[in-house]
Amino acid sequence: MDSQTVRDEDVELLLRDLHQKHGYDFSDYSHASMKRRLNRLVAIDKFPSFAEMRYRLIHDEFYLRRFIEEITVNVTEMFRDPDFFKYLRQHIIPTLGTYPFIRIWIAGCASGEEAYSMAILLKEANLLDKSIIYATDLNPRVLEKAKSGIFPLKLIKQYSENYLSSGGYEDFSSYYSAKYDVVIFNEVLRKKIVFSTHNLVSDSSFNSFQLILCRNVLIYFNVHLQSRVFDLIDKSLDNLGFLALGTKETLRFADISPKYKQVDPKEKIWRKHDN
Amino acid sequence: MITDLITIGGSAGSLQVVLEILPHLNADLQTAIVIIFHRKTTPNPEMLIELLNAKSTLKVKEAEDKEKIKPGFIYIAPADYHLFLEKDHSFSLDSSEKINFSRPSIDLTFFTAADVYKDKLIGILLSGANSDGVHGLETIQKQGGYCIAQDPQTSQVSYMPAQAITKKVVDLIANPSEIASLINNCRPSPSF
Repeated sequence: MDSQTVRDEDVELLLRDLHQKHGYDFSDYSHASMKRRLNRLVAIDKFPSFAEMRYRLIHDEFYLRRFIEEITVNVTEMFRDPDFFKYLRQHIIPTLGTYPFIRIWIAGCASGEEAYSMAILLKEANLLDKSIIYATDLNPRVLEKAKSGIFPLKLIKQYSENYLSSGGYEDFSSYYSAKYDVVIFNEVLRKKIVFSTHNLVSDSSFNSFQLILCRNVLIYFNVHLQSRVFDLIDKSLDNLGFLALGTKETLRFADISPKYKQVDPKEKIWRKHDN
Repeated sequence: MITDLITIGGSAGSLQVVLEILPHLNADLQTAIVIIFHRKTTPNPEMLIELLNAKSTLKVKEAEDKEKIKPGFIYIAPADYHLFLEKDHSFSLDSSEKINFSRPSIDLTFFTAADVYKDKLIGILLSGANSDGVHGLETIQKQGGYCIAQDPQTSQVSYMPAQAITKKVVDLIANPSEIASLINNCRPSPSF
């Protein structure tokens, strides 16, 4: 648990290796968080020294996949911050319903819990048939989990509580089938979500959307990278489209903020008004 | 004492202590203070900030992502996020796994603060029923910082400060009024 194993010079060397050998650029991630993830991984994977971790990363493609999964934060829940999803359900989804076809992007989706939550919201608004959800992450291993639609049963109690506090009125268990210690979400939800790798640092805009969720992703970036990602989001959002950020994230200081209006002072949701 | 930052961690019974300390702090204090309370997400997080501000002449606010730390401000870690200190004296938030069943975790803030502020840092551990913060104090001490535990006799829940004392990671055991006067004697380094 001590934070002393990894030195700043080590972090820099390792990030350079990752960029040069594997094309992952973490140089504009928040330094303190990156260093903490590296310290954590050296400890849980029991590397005798930092140099050994570095060597393994250069030479072992399989370990690289684990590294990418562990170095990024993938903590998420279904209907995380239920009030946010309640607001989507009551105020945003009905507006989206006026479009002939609904495109939603979940940027940094980790293991997909928000994507499935969104699919459930759309289903309950009778809009799922004319919707498509793109859920992207830089991390191939978590995307495989997300795509499977399989989640540990022990998490479902919390998820169904969240679902109810988000204004859900169906029987939550009707959305999945349980087997042994896991549940699998219904095909009808899964087939409306396209899971794909996308790196906000290095990839460009790939479509245009009426709603983009990018929650608890920007906190891991420095100000410079945050600003680039805001530009990418702006390029990917239709005029009058909505952008949702995490509870402690804001658009207030971003270059793109003049063309965005916060829809409610209590909600981290902005609407684009591009004149 | 030359100190650029004071980090305070507390769990059960610590809010009372902070409310007791705040009115005694000098209005011209130049050292910044960061407080990590273990707390649950509530619908009205601003109530805690208002409560603390009512007792303080120094400005109390919730720490925001990428916000630069200003002298004489008191920052509170938001609920459900870890709070990290960056080299450029700004904050970063992090929503990774709970540590010691806690998010925010006192240990994580102490680790990152020690890394940046080295011997210009004071770590203070108050009342609590958890051992979060003990490793953090150890790291602060190793980096040359100064570590204080609230006197367990004055702590509503003595476990947390007592753990720090048992692990010998404490330079001073102090009651709330001693903590207040020690904070008042802090001056930031000229370079800060």
